[in-house]
Amino acid sequence: MENEAGALSRVAGLFSARGYNIESLSVAPTEDPTLSRMTLVTVGSDEVIEQITKQLNKLIEVVKIVDLSEGDHIERELMLVKIRAIGGDREEVKRLADIFRGNIIDVTDKSYTIELTGTSSKLDAFLDAIERNMILETIRTGASGLGRGERILKV
Amino acid sequence: MSVELTGAEITVRCLQEEGVDYIFGYPGGAVLFIYDELFKQDKVKHILVRHEQAALHAADGYARSSHKVGVALVTSGPGVTNAVTGIATAYMDSIPLVIISGQVPTAAIGQDAFQEVDTVGITRPCVKHNFLVKDITELASTIKKAFYIASTGRPGPVLVDIPKDITQQKTVFSYPNSVSMRSYHPEVDDNSRQVKKAAQLILGAKRPMVYTGGGVILDNASEELTKLVRYLNFPCTNTLMGLGGFPATDKRFVGMLGMHGTYEANMAMQYCDVLIAVGARFDDRVIGNPKHFYSEERKIIHIDIDPSSISKRVKVDVPIVGRVSQVLNELITLIKASKEETDAHAIKEWWKQIDLWRERDCLRYDRASAVIKPQMVVEKLYTVTKGDAFVTSDVGQHQMWAAQFYSFDKPRRWINSGGLGTMGFGLPSAMGVQMANPNGVVACITGEASIQMCIQELSTCKQYQLPIKIINLNNRYMGMVRQWQEFFHGNRYSESYMDALPDFVKLAESYGHVGMKIEKPEDVEGALKEAFKLKKRLVFMDFITDQTENVFPMVPGGKGLSEMILV
Ligand SMILES: Cc1cc2nc3c(=O)[nH]c(=O)nc-3n(C[C@H](O)[C@H](O)[C@H](O)COP(=O)(O)OP(=O)(O)OC[C@H]3O[C@@H](n4cnc5c(N)ncnc54)[C@H](O)[C@@H]3O)c2cc1C
Ligand SMILES: Cc1ncc(C[n+]2csc(CCOP(=O)(O)OP(=O)(O)O)c2C)c(N)n1
Ligand SMILES: [Mg+2]
Repeated sequence: MENEAGALSRVAGLFSARGYNIESLSVAPTEDPTLSRMTLVTVGSDEVIEQITKQLNKLIEVVKIVDLSEGDHIERELMLVKIRAIGGDREEVKRLADIFRGNIIDVTDKSYTIELTGTSSKLDAFLDAIERNMILETIRTGASGLGRGERILKV
Repeated sequence: MSVELTGAEITVRCLQEEGVDYIFGYPGGAVLFIYDELFKQDKVKHILVRHEQAALHAADGYARSSHKVGVALVTSGPGVTNAVTGIATAYMDSIPLVIISGQVPTAAIGQDAFQEVDTVGITRPCVKHNFLVKDITELASTIKKAFYIASTGRPGPVLVDIPKDITQQKTVFSYPNSVSMRSYHPEVDDNSRQVKKAAQLILGAKRPMVYTGGGVILDNASEELTKLVRYLNFPCTNTLMGLGGFPATDKRFVGMLGMHGTYEANMAMQYCDVLIAVGARFDDRVIGNPKHFYSEERKIIHIDIDPSSISKRVKVDVPIVGRVSQVLNELITLIKASKEETDAHAIKEWWKQIDLWRERDCLRYDRASAVIKPQMVVEKLYTVTKGDAFVTSDVGQHQMWAAQFYSFDKPRRWINSGGLGTMGFGLPSAMGVQMANPNGVVACITGEASIQMCIQELSTCKQYQLPIKIINLNNRYMGMVRQWQEFFHGNRYSESYMDALPDFVKLAESYGHVGMKIEKPEDVEGALKEAFKLKKRLVFMDFITDQTENVFPMVPGGKGLSEMILV
């Protein structure tokens, strides 16, 4: 979409006005600074997805849309999670981070902050593997996606 | 070196470049520089309304009756919020408008400044697009884009919010000749394969039905439609927004369909085997309960410029994204060239069935009544104006009777708020219609409740000498509300009685107009004749009508098209 003030609120407004759900949304300018690219995750029946696509296409600032889930695609989400890590837990947390290929990017004597990238379900799995009360805080970016191979979205 | 113009000058120059002759508005602090420029020229004539809602409805009526873009000008804050109802009204019916709104100076935005509202935010859900101009060098191109977006593709209102300081700053003026936007392409892709499929289906139909809507009017495609329907000898129905798209006096016209559509139109819609939907959007007031509609099998062809109108509420078999006029022309060519012919025998049988339904005479009413029947007033209005008036309406029972009993043979003659159903629309839209058609006969059919929502415009009508004829079907009730309360709420008429009504005759007179009160059926025609003889005067005709009359047929909410309540 056009990298213009207001474009994001048009998309968000459309979803709330028509009763659609935004599961997650991630957006930033592209290599062409006049354009932004947004990955939006939503759920709905085929009819609902068809309407969402058509309605989004009508927004003047939306340049192009693809439904990534219609074909092969790659999806990644970034999560930062701060975990209480004292005594024996420190080793355990580090081991888990390694298994999930996370990086520890901030360390105090009471906590680790881990950076983890992957599909949303991988991030969920990591959180499930950690005792709830050890998780001090988390933040996730929402998924970003691209089509695989020759599937290219370009203006 | 080229001369520099102020933002206000540029705004007015842009309107001139667009060929705008009338602009409907109301001044205020944020637009004072623009008003100052309007004052200095006379190409763009400003019509001063008495409430911003009316400015929008007037611009809207102007657009609907002329196929030009309507233009309104309002100030920031309350000017804009007053205008929102009118903007939403135009949006729901896909009417091309450009609204120029004043905004507080750029530096004051976000400071809770005097008369500041987030105009772009407030209007976002009810415009096709909107802009906040933050840089004077983009002002002219933005206005150009606004007219382009409003009038192309599926039309709609576009708002341009201009901060006051931008109207004072200066830059070199040049008005772009064309617009190119990478994210907006109103032209459509090749649809010839789909059109061919449609032609096949049409030729094979045994019980065909043509269902057309506002898209035919918006695209000026009535000629093409009429040609095709007459050639095929198919039955044709119009939505409330599509009336006049096909001549109502043609015997192939089966009346309006939908909640208050005719028995024959609704039955034919339900039981056809091939449905050709043209610039209509399968509204909930049109097809009733979708499940019930699905219970009969039929193939559906749908022609619409907006892909999101297609398969939104009803799944269709042959979607055709395109302009009505273009697609109909192609269909005509294909069908005429085809070796195949329609099944004349089947279609004759189908017409027999339809004629049986017609015999039900679903619009009948008591013509011998001792009190004035509202239907009769509309019928007489039709006779007296020889079916050639521009008729605007408000919202309620009177609107439905106008739609049912005034036979529109031409497009852009029937002006009403269908999608939003805005009471207060009738009188101000009539002003716009009269402006666009200075020699046209303009009647506004209204109710005693609706007319009071924009009654102040009687003053505007005086100032500009607009000889509108107001037909007030005064039943002392919010009749449409009362009807629902009678049918569905155990006759409990909660707050739907119109008490303490003004003396409309005196009211009209105090605004400098002619007032008439008509109480007896035998006086109706004479009074109408007398009123329409007063070619230069606005006449307010207060018809005291039957309080208990209801609109029939009626498809109750949640019911199917063939489950009408009949008289
Ligand atoms: C009290 C009340 C009662 C009502 N009862 C009824 C009733 O009984 N029957 C009824 O029909 N309505 C009724 N309505 C109106 C109803 O609410 C809808 O406004 C109306 O049915 C919509 O009409 P439409 O389908 O023609 O669509 P419109 O709103 O006119 O939409 C036009 C369609 O055409 C398309 N289009 C626009 N331009 C083009 C083009 N150039 N080429 C191709 N397509 C184009 C648009 O994309 C859109 O899909 C009632 C309203 C009120 C207030
Ligand atoms: C602004 C607005 N408010 C409320 C309504 C709901 N409403 C629809 S019809 C109606 C009554 C209209 O009464 P009147 O103008 O007297 O017309 P009648 O039905 O009696 O012919 C009302 C209140 C509306 N359509 N618009
Ligand atoms: Mg009434």
